[in-house]
Amino acid sequence: MTPSAKADADMLLALQGVSKQFGGLAALSDVSLGVAQGEIYGLIGPNGAGKTTLFNVVTGLYSPDHGVVRLGETLLSGCKPHEVVTRGLARTFQNIRLFANMTALENVMVGRHVRTQAGVLGAIFRGATTRAEESAIERRAHELLNYVGVGTHAQRLARHLSYGDQRRLEIARALATDPQLLALDEPAAGMNAIETAALQELLQRVRADGVTILLIEHDVRLVMDLCDRVAVLDYGKKIAEGAPSTVRNDPVVIEAYLGGAA
Amino acid sequence: MRDWQRRWRGWKRNRQVVLGAWIVIGIVLALLPFVTGATLGRGWVRIIDFALLYVMLALGLNIVVGYAGLLDLGYIAFYAVGAYVYALLASPHFGLHWPVWMALPLGATVAAVFGVLLGSPTLRLRGDYLAIVTLGFGEIIRIFLNNLNAPFNLTNGPQGINLIDPIRIVDLGFSETYTVFGISFPPTHNYYYLFLTLTLAIIFISIRLQDSRIGRAWVAIREDEIAAAATGINTRNVKLLAFAMGATFGGVSGGLFAGFQGFISPESFNLFESIIVLCMVVLGGMGNIAGVILGAVLLTTFPEALRYLGELQYMVFGQVFVDAADLRMLVFGMALVLIMIFRPAGILPSMRRRRELGADAPVAAQEQASLYDAQR
Amino acid sequence: MDIFLQQLINGLVLGSIYALIALGYTMVYGILELINFAHGEVTMMGAMICIAVMGALLSAGGLPAIVVLALGLAAAISICMVLGYSIERVAYRPLRGAPRLAPLITAIGMSIVLQNTAMLIWGKQYLTFPKLFEPQRYEWAGAHVTSLQILIVVLAITLMGALLLLVHRTRLGRAMRATAQSPELAGLMGINPNTVISFTFIIGAALGAVAGVMVSAYYGLAHYYMGFLLGLKAFTAAVLGGIGNVAGAMLGGMLLGIIESLGAGYIGPLTGGFLGSHYQDVFAFFVLIVMLVFRPSGLLGERVGERA
Repeated sequence: MTPSAKADADMLLALQGVSKQFGGLAALSDVSLGVAQGEIYGLIGPNGAGKTTLFNVVTGLYSPDHGVVRLGETLLSGCKPHEVVTRGLARTFQNIRLFANMTALENVMVGRHVRTQAGVLGAIFRGATTRAEESAIERRAHELLNYVGVGTHAQRLARHLSYGDQRRLEIARALATDPQLLALDEPAAGMNAIETAALQELLQRVRADGVTILLIEHDVRLVMDLCDRVAVLDYGKKIAEGAPSTVRNDPVVIEAYLGGAA
Repeated sequence: MRDWQRRWRGWKRNRQVVLGAWIVIGIVLALLPFVTGATLGRGWVRIIDFALLYVMLALGLNIVVGYAGLLDLGYIAFYAVGAYVYALLASPHFGLHWPVWMALPLGATVAAVFGVLLGSPTLRLRGDYLAIVTLGFGEIIRIFLNNLNAPFNLTNGPQGINLIDPIRIVDLGFSETYTVFGISFPPTHNYYYLFLTLTLAIIFISIRLQDSRIGRAWVAIREDEIAAAATGINTRNVKLLAFAMGATFGGVSGGLFAGFQGFISPESFNLFESIIVLCMVVLGGMGNIAGVILGAVLLTTFPEALRYLGELQYMVFGQVFVDAADLRMLVFGMALVLIMIFRPAGILPSMRRRRELGADAPVAAQEQASLYDAQR
Repeated sequence: MDIFLQQLINGLVLGSIYALIALGYTMVYGILELINFAHGEVTMMGAMICIAVMGALLSAGGLPAIVVLALGLAAAISICMVLGYSIERVAYRPLRGAPRLAPLITAIGMSIVLQNTAMLIWGKQYLTFPKLFEPQRYEWAGAHVTSLQILIVVLAITLMGALLLLVHRTRLGRAMRATAQSPELAGLMGINPNTVISFTFIIGAALGAVAGVMVSAYYGLAHYYMGFLLGLKAFTAAVLGGIGNVAGAMLGGMLLGIIESLGAGYIGPLTGGFLGSHYQDVFAFFVLIVMLVFRPSGLLGERVGERA
């Protein structure tokens, strides 16, 4: 057991000895880390370091070869993606994946699916319960659209939103599932400075409202400004973890980022 | 050009106009068999009855293909299952004569179970692979229907099942002629009203499902399956539900077909039928209920109308060059090609697709289109 | 044992024919991601044209059998090439960039048109393939092989070899592979995707025509409706091998033919007579379904893993 493993017990999200191989390539080897309740935790590393693989393991798209992933008391490893969402972990994608031909509002309404009940019979007969549920879904969806700042585009198709708005919409959709932890895969990718600043403000609000955030990001400044703690992955291994300022000056991290070029 | 559109929108908002339109539609639907019978002949009432059966089928397939985006090329199998269940339970074949209110729902249920059974191993497949597997399943069912007369005679093989009980609700036999207030209601008319009622019920269900939690989940899966799963949708169950719903509609339609026709054989359920139902859905406008209904009505009545090609030739040329029966499928095929070329999203595209193909199409698609244009 | 060998031989013959047709499906799919539903009908047309031309030549008389066959085959191939080209121009090209199912419907429409055109020209009855040669029969380890069977397999393998050479060794083949990877990029590299697509249809139609002639020669019959099931089986074969993959179509075709023949030969004894050889088609589809469920991309298909 690694020294940090004991501390992981009271973490919201805990990975213990997670490994994942593709063919002969070890995309992740023996990664352990913990994200505490209420923090913004950054995951950085050079391209191909295994960040997205780790995300996919955590969110159930891949199952790990070894190791376990826990969210609070519940086990996430081995869960299917939709089960992970049910257990309180929602994600966004690096290359935005919205329901392109649904409106912004409908996209967020789909996010409520997992917290609502109505089935076929409910839909057909549309009794009082179903009607109440539908209007609650719609109300909540509007709230979330306003919350992330795309409320004015509720009736537009997702594909017709601007790039920055699409990113925000994806976050709104993830928030609609009432997650304890929000996992964001490069949310600032392709954004300009103004959009990035707005995103930073949004993420701080999300955290203030009690949602823990796990973040992959390339924009070093955003990570330094936003994250409470940072882990650095390189060749599928965690090589450093700690406060951003500490990690930034860690010689191992500098070596990992510059080593290939030097 | 824009003027009529604005006027149309104005009418759509005016409650009285809308109500009036519905009343007119209601009267037309109520009188349709009589008007048709008087003008085009009794045979056309029967064709309209079939059109209604196909509307039900097409709306069922629309749930699978139009909403959930699962390309099913073996859909007619569920029609077959519904028809055979009804036929076996209400014919001299086993000497069973179950009442319609038991046989028909059971047929629909068995069809739904088949939908889930066929769906569960295949739902991991996407797109064209799913298409070919469902096509295979459809053919397998037909081949079994054809051959299950030995060693135990379940389906009576290629001869099919004869003398199926006509549909009868309590004392009302639909295959009898009634006279009410001096108006005669022959069987084709009775069946018309029965089919119309059930069609309206299925339309209602389709509309309700479309704007529901389940309907949104179906469309989400069609749009992006991975994102749907990552948004907490159990894609497997929701897809199976689409298959089961579609199969249920197919089963109901099949049971009605068996009772109406009085005779069924495996040949009524070949792949061509699956393809025609798919054509109805796509040609009318996938995902749009009105479009699908239009597609079904057009594709059922158009080939029948083409039977008049013989007379037309006689009128124009004074003699018949080509037998109308031989010519009509040719014209039908050409019509399919032409309609799709001029209306690629269907005759009445769904709201979504209309927007998809609208003037504000994404830049990338426009660029791609101009790329092809440049090379033409 | 002799049943096994006999059915294996029959399967190999059937399989070579399936493979030739499957190539047409798989090449088009590889480039356009489109099921060219009308391809089966092109095959049918090949058979009908060949028989019609040979019939006309034979009734005119005076030509040696081999010349008659060659002319019939040449007519079938060239007319089918024109057909393949026209189908793409009329039914598919106007719909590039349209919703995915639209070209499927035009494909079905074309298929109905071709079928009914054939019916109007040649009628609803079966056409018989003229007996040009008396086929030699050979006996080998208890199984019979005819010279016609050998000819079909050898010709099919030769054509497939030629196609592989074309795809992997020529400029056109390179252009085809590039277009299959990415039509836009190929376009930027100076390849005209429309030309490549036209050639793909033409080559596929030519192979289909040869296969059509083989089928009608093998069974001695041709019919306006024969393209449907034949096309269906060939498409199944293409999927079995991994659609879009040329070698896969060959493997899939051979396998499907062998599975069908062995299935038809053994299904009776294996099920104690419960299921007869009418279930031959079930067997083919069943194998396909089982395979797709366990290996969805086909035998030689690339695993296109969905990236998150």
